Amino acid sequence: MVASLRGSAAVVGVGLTEFTGMPGLNHMEIMAKAIERAVLDAGIDKNDIDGIFSANFVELLTPLTIAEYFGLNPTYMDGTNTGGSVFVNSLQSAAAALHLGLCNVALICYGSNSASGVFTHPPAMRTVEDVYKPRNPISPYALVAARHMHEFGTTKEQLAEVAVSARKWAQLNPAATMQDTLTIEEVVNARMIVDPLGLLDCCLVSDGGAAMILVKSDRAKDFPKPPIYMLGVSSRTDHNIISAMPDLTVTAAKEAAAAAFTMAGVTPNEIDVVEIYDAFTINTILFLEDMGFCPKGEGGNFVSNGNIAPGGSLPVNTNGGGLSCVHPGMYGMFLMIEAVQQLRGECEDRQVADAKLAACNGNGGFLASQVTAVFGTEETL
Amino acid sequence: MENSSNEITNPGPMQVYEDNLEKGEFRIQQCKDCGKHVFYPRQLCHYCGSSNLKWVAISGRGTVYSTSVVRRKPERGGDYNVALIDLEEGPRMMSRVMDVEPEEVAIGMAVSAHVGIIDETPAVVFYNKEQGDKAW
Ligand SMILES: [Zn+2]
Repeated sequence: MVASLRGSAAVVGVGLTEFTGMPGLNHMEIMAKAIERAVLDAGIDKNDIDGIFSANFVELLTPLTIAEYFGLNPTYMDGTNTGGSVFVNSLQSAAAALHLGLCNVALICYGSNSASGVFTHPPAMRTVEDVYKPRNPISPYALVAARHMHEFGTTKEQLAEVAVSARKWAQLNPAATMQDTLTIEEVVNARMIVDPLGLLDCCLVSDGGAAMILVKSDRAKDFPKPPIYMLGVSSRTDHNIISAMPDLTVTAAKEAAAAAFTMAGVTPNEIDVVEIYDAFTINTILFLEDMGFCPKGEGGNFVSNGNIAPGGSLPVNTNGGGLSCVHPGMYGMFLMIEAVQQLRGECEDRQVADAKLAACNGNGGFLASQVTAVFGTEETL
Repeated sequence: MENSSNEITNPGPMQVYEDNLEKGEFRIQQCKDCGKHVFYPRQLCHYCGSSNLKWVAISGRGTVYSTSVVRRKPERGGDYNVALIDLEEGPRMMSRVMDVEPEEVAIGMAVSAHVGIIDETPAVVFYNKEQGDKAW
């Protein structure tokens, strides 16, 4: 029997960089600024960090680089890579490591110069799909969108609702990259990239860094900011390449979310704010269904008429998401930090009133890794 | 004992698959223990864990499970189809439907397998219309 990690760890510091205008900085330099800001936010000395959790798409030995760069002597390192979901996955690992005393101050972090730098992947395994030249990562998501449209009648306009809602949130967030008004027609009529996904169904390519500091909950009140508690987390996968995905309309988030909500002891209808990995517009629809915010197949209707936009019934991707705020190669850090800042009440114009419970879903690879987390304020413990 | 589970055969399954394609033959694996067809080629059956896999010819008949059009400038070769095909025997694979305009490929469409060439590499592709009795 695995001990429940509910409430065992708390976020005591977060740091974000700007998302544009960083030509001339490499990914480590961008990450370093985010870590510096998280350390400041947590009111700790950088030497207090003894757990490092980090991965990216440009180097293989990331935790070693970070330890060296910051002059740290960690007792626990985790460089697991599950794609863009990995930081939510790291939340699970960090909570377990803190619980067992393998480390006392855990750092989860990421940095990327995807927009202004030269983006090179480390070598990946050759697969039977390569010869058909899918335009990855877009093609797998296009295949998923096509199947969802076929089975449930989901429309291009409903996909566009996701992009427009994200933009409306972005317009309330001065840090978000995209600030211009966006219409359903503009999204639907945008240049096709891989049908049925057009240019505005796809996330941004940004620069950006993000970092988070966690400690065991029993000392979380020793830090300057209100602690935000990890109430539930769960990680799942059911394929890697898209042709191995059992059902293109159901992701492993179904199981991950159910387990995370069970650990947290909450149900979807108790959640005040939702942050999910919107690499493409179809993602938001899929994850809202799989996490239980609406029945399978009804995601298109659920996101329509501004239901997930500011003023709608469910606030989703309140920073503007990967579609309109920031997406530097991997987005998982940014959705967790937005959840924490919403629960701290720091979000000003986009603040969800009285937010106490937030759900996050990280997505990795081609809908392959799904990791759901539930965060809560002190009173939800 | 035939192909005992701890015996390593050389070349490995991926190389055997590609060697068959070079000869114009589309072969996939079938598990001798649970009977399921296995694709992509593996060292073990991912359903039951057995390593008793044999190479078999299959019907070549399939159905389009999902489809997409990769948009590409005409000077670079133009748009092309990328689809997921459910083989009659069970496995699903990525491929292209070659004899239908990329945007006309539809979910549910019946297709048959052929060994074709994509950018000088032998690859299993699919046709919607019958191309003679033998698919490959
Ligand atoms: Zn078997």
